[in-house]
Amino acid sequence: MTPSEARKAFDEELVQLQEDLRKMGIVVEDMLGKAIQALETQDVELAEETIRMDDIVDRYNLDIESRALRLLALQQPMARDLRTIAAAMKIITDVERCGDYATDIALMAKKLADQPLFKPLEDIPAMAKMVQEMLRETLKAFATRDLKLVQHMISLDDDVDHLYHSLYDELTGFIKKDPKLTDQAVPLLLVARYLERIADHITNIGERIYYMETGELKELHK
Amino acid sequence: MVEQACVSTKDLNVYYDTFHAIKHINLDIPPRDITALIGPSGSGKSTVLRAFDRMNELIPGCHTTGEVVIDGQNVYDMSVDVVELRKRVGMVFQRANPFPMTIFDNVAYGPRIHGTASGKELETVVEQSLRSAALWDEVKDKLKKSAFALSGGQQQRLCIARVLAVEPEIVLMDEPASALDPISTLRIEDLMRDLAKNYTIIIVTHNMQQAARVSTFTGFFLSGELIEFGKSDKLFTNPEDKRTEDYITGRFG
Repeated sequence: MTPSEARKAFDEELVQLQEDLRKMGIVVEDMLGKAIQALETQDVELAEETIRMDDIVDRYNLDIESRALRLLALQQPMARDLRTIAAAMKIITDVERCGDYATDIALMAKKLADQPLFKPLEDIPAMAKMVQEMLRETLKAFATRDLKLVQHMISLDDDVDHLYHSLYDELTGFIKKDPKLTDQAVPLLLVARYLERIADHITNIGERIYYMETGELKELHK
Repeated sequence: MVEQACVSTKDLNVYYDTFHAIKHINLDIPPRDITALIGPSGSGKSTVLRAFDRMNELIPGCHTTGEVVIDGQNVYDMSVDVVELRKRVGMVFQRANPFPMTIFDNVAYGPRIHGTASGKELETVVEQSLRSAALWDEVKDKLKKSAFALSGGQQQRLCIARVLAVEPEIVLMDEPASALDPISTLRIEDLMRDLAKNYTIIIVTHNMQQAARVSTFTGFFLSGELIEFGKSDKLFTNPEDKRTEDYITGRFG
């Protein structure tokens, strides 16, 4: 047997599909960074820029999905090729949702920009940093097929959940003590919730990478 | 994996003169199900199929070692009657090969020479066989017409009816749809699934999508060796062997 050129065009399309998925992930990661920065610095313009970036993510989502469908229909991929395309189609949905949450965070940043915050932000930026790392490293693991890295990133979800719960307790505590803080505490609580949801979607992405590599569909995070 | 195999090979080897075409094949094929044998040209899949009904013996210089066990008996045993064997193990070929006679006589041919049915009973066998081959409704009013008047897809189903008329246990199919258009192909595949309720079907095909669509089990052959055998849904989504992966994803020609 000698290597065949028969699937060269297909191979190139498959590589391009994964490359675009990675680019889509980079845009979302960037959005997340900008949204949190906009929140911290009360920068309305940056928040608006973040919101506009969601269109880019949506375009990637539709474009990658339609190309994946076309490859399925026209190339009838098997085995690893099939799993890669199937995984990509699921992953873009999760990445797209992460983009939506980044947009939601930017909307909260706009809402919170008109007056000084009642306390400096600490836990939210820390949580955002973790979530950003999870997203960046998980997408890196998609490119390098690094299942150890996937597992490590999924394990971070517990830390994110933990931070979310302590933020929840802290912020609801503030509201109980001083209901006037509600207008700021509720948006901040929502931001924490969005970050926690992003981490869940990243866990899903990790599970799809695991499937792509092993052919096994299973929950990696309990 | 296969609880009670219908056909088993034990260290099966086939040689064409000095060429070792089939090498030490151990295979268990389950009863009343569809098993596909896939592999590139020259991989030996058709030779394996022909080993099941001893058709290789018709090829000069071909000899076989090892065993093919059907229902507990090695078909290469001296005591086995080859005519009787080929009644139990029917074969459908790539090109539909109806005999130059009427539709009825084509299907009646087997029961007549085996002397298993005649008269009214023969008519019933012919009708049932044509029904089983999903052809009855199309030909019931022209049974006395020449088989050559049928379309390619109909001729192939006629050949399947002819095989069924002698009540085999096993039906071997060597590229049964490769000369047919897509609709006729899908009809044959539907028919195979129906037949698998009562017969053990073993199909050789170059068409991997077809193997994936119709079969429950698949064996992948390469250079006369059985590389991988298993459930089709597993083999086509997550094969064990790199060579299987390379073949089914088209990475090697």
